[in-house]
Formats: sequence, structure tokens, C-alpha cells
Amino acid sequence: MLSIENVSAHYGKIQALDDISVEVNQGEIVTLIGANGAGKSTLLMTLCGDPHPTTGRIVFEGQDITGWQTPEIMKSGIAIVPEGRRVFSRLTVEENLDMGGFFESNERKAEMLEHVLELFPRLKERFDQRSGTMSGGEQQMLAIGRALMARPKLLLLDEPSLGLAPIIIQQIFEIIEKLRDEGMTIFLVEQNANQALRLADRGYVLENGRIVMADTGQSLLVNDDVRKAYLGA
Amino acid sequence: MNAVAFQNGFKNAAITSVVFVILAGMMMGIQLIPSGTGLSIELAEPVRLETLAGAVLALFLFQLFREPLSGLWHNAKSALPLPEQGLAEALQTQGEKHPRLKQLAIAFLLAGLIIWPFYASRGSVDLATLALIYVMLGLGLNIVVGLAGLLDLGYVGFYAVGAYSYALLNQYLGLDFWSCLLIGGLVAAFFGFILGFPVLRLRGDYLAIVTLGFGEIIRILLLNWTSITGGPNGISQIPKPTLFGLEFSRTAKEEGNVPFHEFFGIDYSSGYKVIFLYLLALLLVVATIWVINRLLRMPIGRAWEALREDDIACQSLGMNKTAIKLSAFTIGAAFAGFAGTFFAARQGFISPESFTFIESAIILAIVVLGGMGSQLGVVLAAIIMTILPELAREFNEYRMLMFGLLMVLMMIWRPSGLLPMKRPHIALKESGNKQTSPVTQPAKAA
Repeated sequence: MLSIENVSAHYGKIQALDDISVEVNQGEIVTLIGANGAGKSTLLMTLCGDPHPTTGRIVFEGQDITGWQTPEIMKSGIAIVPEGRRVFSRLTVEENLDMGGFFESNERKAEMLEHVLELFPRLKERFDQRSGTMSGGEQQMLAIGRALMARPKLLLLDEPSLGLAPIIIQQIFEIIEKLRDEGMTIFLVEQNANQALRLADRGYVLENGRIVMADTGQSLLVNDDVRKAYLGA
Repeated sequence: MNAVAFQNGFKNAAITSVVFVILAGMMMGIQLIPSGTGLSIELAEPVRLETLAGAVLALFLFQLFREPLSGLWHNAKSALPLPEQGLAEALQTQGEKHPRLKQLAIAFLLAGLIIWPFYASRGSVDLATLALIYVMLGLGLNIVVGLAGLLDLGYVGFYAVGAYSYALLNQYLGLDFWSCLLIGGLVAAFFGFILGFPVLRLRGDYLAIVTLGFGEIIRILLLNWTSITGGPNGISQIPKPTLFGLEFSRTAKEEGNVPFHEFFGIDYSSGYKVIFLYLLALLLVVATIWVINRLLRMPIGRAWEALREDDIACQSLGMNKTAIKLSAFTIGAAFAGFAGTFFAARQGFISPESFTFIESAIILAIVVLGGMGSQLGVVLAAIIMTILPELAREFNEYRMLMFGLLMVLMMIWRPSGLLPMKRPHIALKESGNKQTSPVTQPAKAA
């Protein structure tokens, strides 16, 4: 569904990604783990067209989207839950979700809204509340719900567990699993390697802008190097 | 107040008074008189001593009763509805609950505003017209600053562009007010669009500085391009607007034209012109409010707000940041253009003097005082900001001091403005209705 082929990216003269190749197939959860500054978020940003890759190709659903502008990419069936949630804090939950389906017709929006509220009953309780006044976990749910409103084929998640309590992280990962069961394709970028690998079909390990390992989630979870570097074993 | 507290208060008051007597007495209570070769110290004139004694007494009493006084003040403050929920705010909530009542209230208000000038004095109608110009400017800037969150300190530049468009087009091409109203708006919008490009990548402080520079560029250009704009001398004899070709002067300036009073067979009065200008300004303001309300209910209005809240999230949803920013600048500038055209027509004379930075600051103050993004708030603030300085004229040079004090107090009591913004809940109700209507099949995305 999505293939990133030999992509490099630079911030000015500094190279942030070096010859990255990642494949995401329909219906999979693929996770990308790595330490701070490894280039995880940069890869997601490059995928969204900001910055553009300096070499290599990004193909989504058979279309080469390498040089596309961000708005076009985000309208082509890819949605992202940005790092740090970034909900519209002075707008209500309802308005946030409404913004998520900005380019959808009203009928489709209403349909999708119903579905999102089914997935996140908590959001229904908070429907008229300003999103900035909600807890971090609720805001994360809202951010995911908002991304879903655009009916994406591929959902990108940038560190959904960031700054959340363990029990809330558990809930968020349960929701991601539920989305996969519904047939959503998910590319999950995480620092929380343990839980991400448990959930993922396949995983990539990113170090200093390079992919150093790629395997199924289960085998990465028992891999000695990964255990030492990321799982604290 | 119990005895101990009173004793403490008395002690405190006594010490304060003694300190005051020493300090003030040295400065005001004595004077040096030259006597022979030396100086002798004498007491000051009785008037001064009396003043001093009065001040000491006042200070003593104030210190003595400070605690009970501040208690009283607190009680009074909590008894007043203003800090918590103002009257206008309550009205706003009421209006939302009863849409019919709101419509009726608006109709009455409009009728009142239309009838009012025929009974009011000429001066107050003229002042009201000025207030309406600021309402228009405030509403326009509100789009850029209040809704899209882009701090624009050079808004007066677009106002100047509108005013000079009319003045110059009239002087060189002889175009009349009505066609220039449209052209002035369009030219200002074009300038807004032009300014939009270089500032696309800027935010916050940097954006503010560049827009400030832009406003100054326009003013300095007008000041120095003497051959066309007349430089500091400005442009005079700009014709007043006409009512379907009828002039409001005593005799028609153009051949074959009939003045308003002759056409209707009534006596000439210069008051007609003032009332006509007021009604015209009112019409423009109503049109502005109507258009902006429409825009707010359209996707573009929501996109502006989303951009203000979080531009990265905005982009992540596939919105085009460039288009949203440019549209805010362009549309905001257009309203300044309309206001500028009308201003030129009303004044009959314009010069770069009218478009200094202080004007930008006042318009910005209107938006902030009113409550960023809130239309009703901006209207109220514009009225207050124009009428208050006029009412306070007798205070002369203390006027600006009072003005500043008022603004500081405003920001303490109502930090989010007179009437904090409430968004129209149109889009929400739509989706809410759809939800209750039978969309019973399970969501297809599942």
C-alpha cells in the first residue's frame, strides 16, 4: 500500500534520513521504533511532504507522491495523528471532529462521526466540551478520532503514548488494535518499543537516520540487540 | 473590627502620618528666605499648611479604615454582575436560546438606529458616523487578528489605500463615490494579497514587525510621492457621496444636476448631508456584519479558526495554509478599503496624517478590547473607543491618561475582552440533526 524506497532527507545541509526503505501492506500495523533524534518523526514528516525527500521515491497506492505538496498528500487517503496530539484546544470536541472531516460531504461526515463516537464513547460524553480542558488521554482519543474523520486508508500515528499514564497508554493501544481489526492500515511510530512491537505485525528499527533492523514484531521483541537497546533487558 | 485590630490599625495610621508629615513637611511646609547675607527658615504660607494638614488627616483616616474599606470594596465587587457575567453577555445567551426574539431585537435596534439621527444633534450624528467607520475597521481587522490569529500592525495601510484610491481616481479620472467604493475595496484587497505573500512563513512577533513596516511604507510613499498624491498637503475637495445622483450641496456642482432638497421640494439644510452620511455608514456596517457572518458559517471561517488554534494540525488535516492565510489578509484588507473610501468621501480631505501607526494601534485595541474574534464585542469596543475620548474632552491633556487607565482596568477585569467570542454553532447543529435522523445502517467505514 505504501512503499518508501531509498529515501534520504535533509534539513538544510544536515542529513536526517539516509537511504530509508519501508514497506506497509494493506491491513497491517507496521511500527517504527528508535531513540530520540533517530529520525522517526522526520520520516513521518517526509511522508507528509515537509521536507521533501532529496533522493528516493514514496509510492502510495500505486501513485508516486514524492514531490506532492502536503495538502494534496493529506487528501489522498493518508491521515496523521501528530506528535503531541495538537487538538484545537479552544474548539469543542464536536468542532474538532468536524474539522477532521473538512473535505467530506455533510452526510459522510455525520456517518463517520457516529462511527468515531462508537469507537470512543468518552468523546460522546465530552461532546460539547472545549478540547483543551480534557485530559491527555482524552485529547489523544480526540486526535485519533479527528484523523479518522477524513476516512483515511492509511493512518500514521506519531508517538500516541507520549506523556500518558500507563493505563491510558494501554487503552490507546487497545484502540489501535481495534482499528486494525476493522481493516485500517496503520504506521505507528513509537518510543514505547515494548508495547508497539507486541501489537505490530512488522517493525523497523531506526538509528541515526538509518534502518538497522527489520523483522516481524514478535522476532524483534525477542531479539537480543533490540532488547538491550530499547526494552531495558 | 475588634479592639486588637483597631489598635494595630491606629498604630499603623499614626506611623504613616508621622512619616508623611516629616517627608512632605520638609518639601512643602517650610521655605527658605534670604535675610541679609544668610538664609532663614520660615514656615510656608498658610494655604500650603492647610493643604498639608488636610492631606495628613485624609491619609490617617484612610490608613485607619483601610481594612474595612477593602472588605466593603470586595463585597461591592462581587455584588456587581459585571466581572462575572456582563449584561451584554447575558443578552447574548438569551439570544441564542430564543432565535425569534433575537431577530426581533435586531429589527428594533436597526429601526432605532435609522430613526435616531433625525432627532439627534448634528454633532452626535457626525460622531456616530465616525464610530461606524471604526466598527467597520474593527470588524475587518477582527478577521485577520481575531479569527485567523495573524497579528497585523499595519492595517491602517489598507485603510489608506482605500481612501487614496477614491481620492486619486476621482481627481484624475473623475470617477464617482459608488464605483470607487467597489474599486477601493478591490484595490485594498489586492494590496492585502500582495502583503500576504512575503509574510506567509512568518508568525507572531516577526509577522507583527513586517506588517508594521508595510503600514509605514504606504504612509511614507503617500507622503513622498508628491507629484501624484500631493504629499503632506494631501488631496482636498473630494466629492461627497450622492443619492442616485442627487447632491447634498446647496447648489448642484455638476451641470444639469439637481440638489437633493430641490428634487424633493424641501428647504435646504446642511443636516441632510450629515444624516445621509450616517445612514450610508450604517448600511456599510450592516453589510459588513452580514458578509462576515456568512463567511464564518462557511468552511473558510472554520479554517481561519483552525489556523489560529494550531497551524500544524491544520496542515495535517490537508488544509492549505497558504490559501487560508492569504484569504484572511485579502478579505480583511477589503473591508479596510471600503472604510477608507467612505472616510475620504466623508472628510472631503485626506492626507497621510490620517493614516499613522496610532490608527493601527487603535483599531487593534478595538479588536482586543472587544474580545478577539467576537463580532458584537468589536462593535461595542469600537463605539466606546470613539465616543469615550469625545466625552472626556473637558479633561484635556488628562484624556489619554484616563484612556490608558481604562484599558489597564479592562484587561484586569475582563482579560478576554468585553464579550469573549462565541462561535456560531451552525455546523454542529447540522451534524447533530443528521445524527438523530435515521442513519441507522452501521457506519460503512467499519
